[in-house]
Amino acid sequence: MQAPAAAQIVVDQITHMYRPAHGQPVLAIDDVSLEVRPREFLALLGPSGCGKSTLLYLMGGFLPVETGRILIDGKPVTGPGPDRGVVFQHFALFPWKTVRGNVLYGLERAGVPKEERLKRAQAYIDMVGLQGFENSYPSQLSGGMRQRTAIARTLAIDPNILLMDEPFGALDAQTRSLMQSELLAIWRRSPKTVIFVTHDVQEAVYLAERIAVMSARPGRIKSIIETNFDRSDPNLFKQPAFIEKVDEIWNLVRNEAMLAQRLAAG
Amino acid sequence: MQRLIRYSPLLILAVLWEAVARSGLVARSALPPLSDVIVAWFQLAGTSDFWINAADSLYRTFAGLILAIVIGALIGIAMASSKPIRTLLNPIVEVFYPLPKSALIPVTALWLGLGDASKILLIFLGCMLPVTLGAYNGARGAEQSLMWSARSLGASRLRMLVDVVAPSALPETLNGIRTALATSFVLLVSSEMIAARSGLGFMIGFLGDGGNFDAMFAVVFTVAFMGFIADRLYQAAMQRVLRWR
Ligand SMILES: Nc1ncnc2c1ncn2[C@@H]1O[C@H](COP(=O)(O)OP(=O)(O)OP(=O)(O)O)[C@@H](O)[C@H]1O
Ligand SMILES: [Mg+2]
Repeated sequence: MQAPAAAQIVVDQITHMYRPAHGQPVLAIDDVSLEVRPREFLALLGPSGCGKSTLLYLMGGFLPVETGRILIDGKPVTGPGPDRGVVFQHFALFPWKTVRGNVLYGLERAGVPKEERLKRAQAYIDMVGLQGFENSYPSQLSGGMRQRTAIARTLAIDPNILLMDEPFGALDAQTRSLMQSELLAIWRRSPKTVIFVTHDVQEAVYLAERIAVMSARPGRIKSIIETNFDRSDPNLFKQPAFIEKVDEIWNLVRNEAMLAQRLAAG
Repeated sequence: MQRLIRYSPLLILAVLWEAVARSGLVARSALPPLSDVIVAWFQLAGTSDFWINAADSLYRTFAGLILAIVIGALIGIAMASSKPIRTLLNPIVEVFYPLPKSALIPVTALWLGLGDASKILLIFLGCMLPVTLGAYNGARGAEQSLMWSARSLGASRLRMLVDVVAPSALPETLNGIRTALATSFVLLVSSEMIAARSGLGFMIGFLGDGGNFDAMFAVVFTVAFMGFIADRLYQAAMQRVLRWR
């Protein structure tokens, strides 16, 4: 047996408290530890408000690490960088840039030569099915189209690590399934570590190798489940083992969601 | 055609003006007939004097405005992105913002005399704060997630300021500049009337003192028209720049 590869991402006893300028401090995540191997595809599940985005922002280097530590390739995170591509839950597209302008932005910052840059941007725009909308501004696009623009923008810079916050949340079932295959193909083609936040249990079981289920606020890692199915199987969604796994995780998540509701109700 | 209909109330006003002035109900010196004013305008337009004065006025306005826009926007963005600068400048801006800018006319004249420099300084000082406040508010309103996404796409902090904070500040800055544009004409004409030896404002005062009311009205019209055109052009440009909204 091979020795386990050193973790690429180490989240070590991270606690994060939001301190809004007005109002009470919020303990968003509490003592979370997690190790992610290079090239691993990890899904993050949990009820709304449990701190999934917060955890992603910490790994992205956007929020300061106050308690605990986060290491990427053995080095503590000190700030954002293009080694970690982020697809934000609310897209965060530049409204003054067109679809093409948005997708080009990271390539411009990386100093990719102009011809190459235009070619790459176009390839990713085509990949997410937005050909014909290159010159549209985000305000002229539907939610799903904006989300696909955001995905293309992040994938275009070909980051080592992908931090994706409900990246397919605004897509219809059809487009979603297409995007899932594209993501898997990219993941297989070029080595990437993916952390994928989703609310869709079936999506998590289908895409990920491991699923971390978080508890209601304050977020903790409640359990980590290995899920490695043969994704090339066209009947995967009908396999009993698959259905059982989805069911098992559903129950975990539902319990947490109910707990979250009760917490919110006081 | 649409536009013609929209501005037809102006035509009614013009006809009323002519009728009232010709009826003898008001003194001719208070309200010369519009047709006489138009004749006077064409006479003025035939003199080089008029155009030299107009050029002086335009030069002062634009020099002052450009300074106000560039320096005002930079200060606004600097205030938004740096706490020490904000702490230092905020009280100064707060105190000077409501100051009636025309009160500075004698001050700048005292410092720089009756020529171009005093007008340019006046317009710069008087028009800077609306731009500063617009840029400041706009830059403060820049969305955090956009700054984050720029940083994670490889932008340095400085680059992020240029690529995210500046365009976020643009809509409000442009509104501030529109206010500045209007203010600049007010300051220009009043300062030229009070303390100048050239310019359209100076002509208004000079012609009025000499009892040449037809010509005085013609110059007033010129100034009003310039202000109107400037605002129109500005709005069209603004819409183009903000077409992504
Ligand atoms: N900027 C902030 N200031 C204060 N509290 C915040 C802030 N952002 C998030 N929180 C709080 O932290 C907790 C975790 O938020 P987070 O956005 O990480 O949840 P999430 O798991 O991503 O939820 P969702 O699935 O709805 O996106 C929430 O209770 C939220 O109220
Ligand atoms: Mg979230």
